[in-house]
Amino acid sequence: MFEVRIHGRGGQGVVTAAEMLAVAAFLEGKHAQAFPSFGSERMGAPVVAFCRISDKEIRLREPIQEPNALIVQDPTLFKTLDVTEGLKSDGYLIVNTSRSLSEIHLDAIVARLPKGHVIASPATELALNYVKRPSPNTALLGAFAAEVGVVSLDSVCEAIRRAFPGKVGEANVEAAKAAYALIAAKAAA
Amino acid sequence: MLKQMEGSKAMAQAIALCRPQVVCAYPITPQTHIVEGLGELVRLGELENCEFINVESEFAALSVAIGASAAGARSYTATASQGLLFMAEAVYNAAGLGLPIVMTLGNRAIGAPINIWNDHSDAMAMRESGWIQLFAETNQEAVDLHIIAFRLAEELSVPTMVCVDGFILTHAVERIDIPEQANVDAYLPPYEPMQVLDPADPISIGAMVGPDAFTEVRYLQYYKQQLALKLIEDLSTDFAARFGREARGLLRTYQAEDADLIVIAMGSINGTIKDVIDEMRADGLSIGLVTLTTFRPFPVEALNAALAQAKDVLVIDKSLDVGMGGPLASNVGVALREMPRPPRLHSAIVGLGGRPALKTSLHRLFRQATVQPWSGPHFLDLNERVIAREIHRRGKARRAGPTAEAILKQLEIERVAKI
Repeated sequence: MFEVRIHGRGGQGVVTAAEMLAVAAFLEGKHAQAFPSFGSERMGAPVVAFCRISDKEIRLREPIQEPNALIVQDPTLFKTLDVTEGLKSDGYLIVNTSRSLSEIHLDAIVARLPKGHVIASPATELALNYVKRPSPNTALLGAFAAEVGVVSLDSVCEAIRRAFPGKVGEANVEAAKAAYALIAAKAAA
Repeated sequence: MLKQMEGSKAMAQAIALCRPQVVCAYPITPQTHIVEGLGELVRLGELENCEFINVESEFAALSVAIGASAAGARSYTATASQGLLFMAEAVYNAAGLGLPIVMTLGNRAIGAPINIWNDHSDAMAMRESGWIQLFAETNQEAVDLHIIAFRLAEELSVPTMVCVDGFILTHAVERIDIPEQANVDAYLPPYEPMQVLDPADPISIGAMVGPDAFTEVRYLQYYKQQLALKLIEDLSTDFAARFGREARGLLRTYQAEDADLIVIAMGSINGTIKDVIDEMRADGLSIGLVTLTTFRPFPVEALNAALAQAKDVLVIDKSLDVGMGGPLASNVGVALREMPRPPRLHSAIVGLGGRPALKTSLHRLFRQATVQPWSGPHFLDLNERVIAREIHRRGKARRAGPTAEAILKQLEIERVAKI
């Protein structure tokens, strides 16, 4: 089982991101379960959503305690809560930032996780470019597909199209592809 | 057709496949998405010959459903928590009149203190109202149980409540097989009422009944629920044959055949418990599970048969009968009286007001039940430090103020100190 926890703020599409990830896994014939942290959601408040992916039926319903991967949609959250709590020692961390990991004080986490497992993706910048809205969720899923795998970029794109039919969906697909390409280029370099 | 979708949306589709003629509900978290989904299906014309009636309260919602059902329409409503309490008078009326309304209950705690999260307090508050109560473990089961519920309700003319854990199921996106319309039509015939307000053949429904006949009316309600025990099994078997999925029935067992310790639970927590049982079995513990799907009528015989070999029974309650303990445990206790050599009964209160049922905590609980059994209800993951401080604080002054606010303040002080 592969477990992903997504942190962000109300309005950033955190819950939708978990749902799209689950749909992407479903499209590949896997079992997937996405669920929100069940708060009284409001704009700007910290929000958590979860996604489990497995080859077998998923029965477990507890909130994800020890994620294999974290997606952080807003890096300011590192200052207010223990975002990396429970993250597995071989886990992945994908952060939405246009700055370097050092600049946002993530060196300690970079040192703790295997080399290359912490990724900075300028998802808000890409979203503004392609979607014309600061919604980083779809670009981060593109980065996730490039860095973590588990689901392919094609499946992520199809899941995005299902969540947002039409032009908005295509713009989000472009953002996801661009985020994917940035990481793929870095890996090749 | 296999789909990856939100539980609430899937339930809305399943209810639409049952072709309700009147849907009336008042939105309340966490039930809202179900009713929104149905409203959309009516608006888009995908659910035909159905009137979606907007009402001003839950009391009105069920009252409209009662009127519609008495007029011969297949009627549906949904609610949760305070909404169910607000319609309580009508809940009893629907059952007493024998009107086969189907209701989804997105299980949620009851205030005060106000809490929007999941537990089973709402369903338990209406357990004596005369409705059949079915509990879903997964969203697939929630979908299937709604289809069974309409047929069950209408065959007996008894209202039926499908209880679905709020948020945990209603807001979870998972793989769900949505049945084909033709299969549902074959399983669920058009509604043929036992009693109907028809101007061409006038009758009255809802007479005042005095001491000379009230007991008999109530006995016949009891009798019908006893009939439901057999009918639920039959309808589940028929469902399995037609839809190719496991019959849900009154209850089902998991690793229980040879188990010394059997856990009994209702709703979505059963999935997590199964994972814990697999891990404990791998460690050599003799442990199994009974998942109760049908809570009303309470399946005494089926339960006793499932518990025949057990030495210990641990009942998980997701609600609290404040002056007594776990209501499910109380019910199981009554059932055990019928057994020649009843197992020991242990009771645990778990997951109140949305507290997550963690695997690690359940591991501890299950071990403790046999090694170090307790008496009375055990409150899982109770923060004893907070309790002790609050009891101490209240002992110091008469005007100690409200408990909930004092505890929140304590927790906030601890949280800030940690940072």
